[in-house]
Amino acid sequence: MIKRNMAFVAALMLSSPTAFAANTSDVLNTYADIAHAGFEDSLTTARTLKSAIEGLIASPSDDTMLAARTAWIEARVPYQQTEAYRFGNVAVDEWEGKVNAWPLDEGLIDYVDGTLYGDASDENPFYAANIIANTRLKVAGQEIDATGITPALLRDLHEIDEVESNVATGYHAIEFLLWGQDLNGTGPGAGDRPASDFASGDACTGGNCDRRSAYLLAATDLLISDLVEMTNAWGEKGSARASLPEDKAGLSIILTGLGSLSYGELAGERMRLGLMLQDPEEEHDCFSDNTHNSHYYDALGIANVYSGSYTRVDGSTVNGPSLSDLVRGLSPELDTEMSAKLVATQAAMSVLKLHGDQGIMSYDQMIGEGNEGGAAIVQAAIDGLVDQTKTIERIVAAVELDEISIEGSDSLDDPEAVFQ
Amino acid sequence: MALTFLVAASGHISFGHYLHIILRMNNTNKICSSILALCLITLPAYAEMTANERAQILAPTTDFSAAEPGENLPGGTATNTRRFDREAFSQPSQNMSFTDRADFFIGNGFFKRLWVTAPSSTTSADGLGPLYNARACQRCHLKDGRGHPPENAEDSAVSMFLRVSIPAQNEEQAGAIRDHLINVVPEPTYGGQLQDIAIPGHAPEGHMTIAYEDVEVAFGDGEIATLRSPSYGVTDLGYGDMHPDALFSPRIAPPMIGLGLLQAISEEEILAAADPNDANGDGISGTAKFIWSRTNERVMLGRFGWKLGNATLADQSSEAMAGDIGIANPLFPNLSGDCTANQQSCLNAPAGIGGPGGNMEASGLVMDKIFFYSGNLAVPARRTANDADVLRGKELFYTANCTSCHTPKHATRNDEDVAHALRGQLIWPYTDLLLHDMGEGLADGRPEGSATGSEWRTAPLWGIGFTDTVNGHTYYLHDGRARNLTEAILWHGGEAIAAREAFRTMEKPDREAMITFLESL
Repeated sequence: MIKRNMAFVAALMLSSPTAFAANTSDVLNTYADIAHAGFEDSLTTARTLKSAIEGLIASPSDDTMLAARTAWIEARVPYQQTEAYRFGNVAVDEWEGKVNAWPLDEGLIDYVDGTLYGDASDENPFYAANIIANTRLKVAGQEIDATGITPALLRDLHEIDEVESNVATGYHAIEFLLWGQDLNGTGPGAGDRPASDFASGDACTGGNCDRRSAYLLAATDLLISDLVEMTNAWGEKGSARASLPEDKAGLSIILTGLGSLSYGELAGERMRLGLMLQDPEEEHDCFSDNTHNSHYYDALGIANVYSGSYTRVDGSTVNGPSLSDLVRGLSPELDTEMSAKLVATQAAMSVLKLHGDQGIMSYDQMIGEGNEGGAAIVQAAIDGLVDQTKTIERIVAAVELDEISIEGSDSLDDPEAVFQ
Repeated sequence: MALTFLVAASGHISFGHYLHIILRMNNTNKICSSILALCLITLPAYAEMTANERAQILAPTTDFSAAEPGENLPGGTATNTRRFDREAFSQPSQNMSFTDRADFFIGNGFFKRLWVTAPSSTTSADGLGPLYNARACQRCHLKDGRGHPPENAEDSAVSMFLRVSIPAQNEEQAGAIRDHLINVVPEPTYGGQLQDIAIPGHAPEGHMTIAYEDVEVAFGDGEIATLRSPSYGVTDLGYGDMHPDALFSPRIAPPMIGLGLLQAISEEEILAAADPNDANGDGISGTAKFIWSRTNERVMLGRFGWKLGNATLADQSSEAMAGDIGIANPLFPNLSGDCTANQQSCLNAPAGIGGPGGNMEASGLVMDKIFFYSGNLAVPARRTANDADVLRGKELFYTANCTSCHTPKHATRNDEDVAHALRGQLIWPYTDLLLHDMGEGLADGRPEGSATGSEWRTAPLWGIGFTDTVNGHTYYLHDGRARNLTEAILWHGGEAIAAREAFRTMEKPDREAMITFLESL
């Protein structure tokens, strides 16, 4: 992985100033091409995940469980890089909640540890509904037939009763079924669901193993169909690609996504909030302890979009005229500044990733109370994201996007508003 | 002298000699494309206008031939023009900087956060209750939208609760209410509201019961509407009898959109519209409400709550945090939430202090993020403001004089105290932020400060057409008794009788056009 980081750094630093003639239309095409490749890779890896899950269900063992978990972690690599397409493209934003909703009240799905989690006396009647254990649910006067666990049932349960944490579908529902609750707090260790939770007959642990397997398969099938939809949307004649406006309005969407993900979503809600709270539950991949990767690949996705280059899961590269090329045409210094800041963020994220990958310290330990060294690692990544956002704002000004609808323009423009 | 403004959908402005408000659209943006390209008007700069000139800009229009400039962006440049699905109320002010977005997203994290019983290993999230109505802000403010009464006897009442109080028992209490220092005297045992859930080992205070009775109302054309008239009770009292004079008021959680903009309207502008003695003889006597602000430590104009019980968003959110969730915070530092001296076991329960929150269950830092989030939920854009049937309904709404309380337009202040994204905006909340007597039918009989038992704040109407999309229901009014907008209008009494009668006696196509207009908001 370190090797890959260095290659990334080199690619950014050495990209030739005359590699591409950057007109806006070409930049937008590259942007859409990378989106397509990213979602297609997410789809491919989700299909691999499904095969591994079928293997686990057919023959539950530590080995098949590990294979399924590994496939999940690998499926997250391309998906997280596509998050740079959120916060700008309405089609992605409207779709995203089905796939990556978080955090979740996992008691909706399966058994949980009652002392840690609490029980059904909550005001969210679905908080501990445990779909896997209950074929008929009568909650809050609503009767739900859960005899067959199907994609349609999961779709209906998602955000039921308007409660956002009633998450029934997507990566994190699958993650919970593969790992189970992480009962280690800010101590070392992730969730540790036994493979026998998917066993048949007497070997079954946790009860209702057949229904748990059905849930896992249904959730994975839904993920695949959702990814098919989004991959097609970025294809040659896809709706998301077609709705990408031309000219500056398109650039505005790109930069809005980069800035919003950098500063608000990633540095803000996903990282700084956890540091403020020192709460192990405040981590994005809380069951698997894979948060270091999800943050790392989010940041990499931002750099991909800027540099117009994405390394696919098969090792090939999609690239073309980039935002970087376009900015360089306006101001070489600004492009150098942006590239350098992306590299700095990636370096800080690499430290975080390294600690997670090598089992030195997982993300929930880093944000734990009294762990100053861990907090410093997270803070360095936040600082990188914040710093790169300042340059994104300068780019917004340089590209003169302030006359179009750019989110976050207020701090860039003359602050005077409609009424002086 | 006047200035030139170029107002894009983003809020960019440039100056010259005349104020041109060009509401330009992004060609991807459906809202703008049909309407805004047409909007080029010239105005002198607002700051240099006389009070009369400003009043002219803010006066309800008399021209219904086309949408007014900016009307499709009810939150000004902070309007959400991107999401019109069930996330329509959950978007940040669209003109917000990336930097502010971090605070917004962190605030959203706190808004969703489930509080847990103390003591807990998660010291930053404990301190729930001991008595509470919900474990998270979001649990009542579902999708940042409107709460609803229980659908049936088995449904929970989580997005609705009962306020409880007693009349002033002595001159000291009466004086404190008169001086706007307090709104009510809490019920001696049950406090200021009925919490229907408690942490393990503690009794809930009780449960609200609702019984509906059908009431028929005939339209002018003979068609009959059936309203449901509620009566409320309390069962399963957990801490003994209530005071014999206890007063109740049911309240649903209001939508969270545009609250920072309402806070940013100048006090003078609101007070200028007040007419407590109906000096102009129009039958409508909007009354300003004042109340002590814990945030600012002085008596201020009330703006929030169904009876204008709070002056600032910080006061309102802090009170809700303490009363609804039982979380101590700097403005409401009682670690036992709404427990009273008559609930000793509740007072003795462990507090959720220590850890990052220090001696509060929610620190000032946490509360600041919640205030910021609560102030920056964007109002969705209006996409059909220029449709013929909407304009027809608008004309009917205006000529029926609904606008004498549901004031269409306001301007927000443009000073340092107002968050960046909310400054200097022309906004369209359709409220005067004043109290009006709404008649016996809607009265709760429970005074709150200077608000009588039949007075209510004019409810803002912006975003009301998204209720079904966001929340999957169309229950309106303070207790959700109205099952649709028509019923909500028919419930209007008191000062609103003339306007209601205008609606009730309209021909059906006109009634439908007026509803279409409201749904377009």
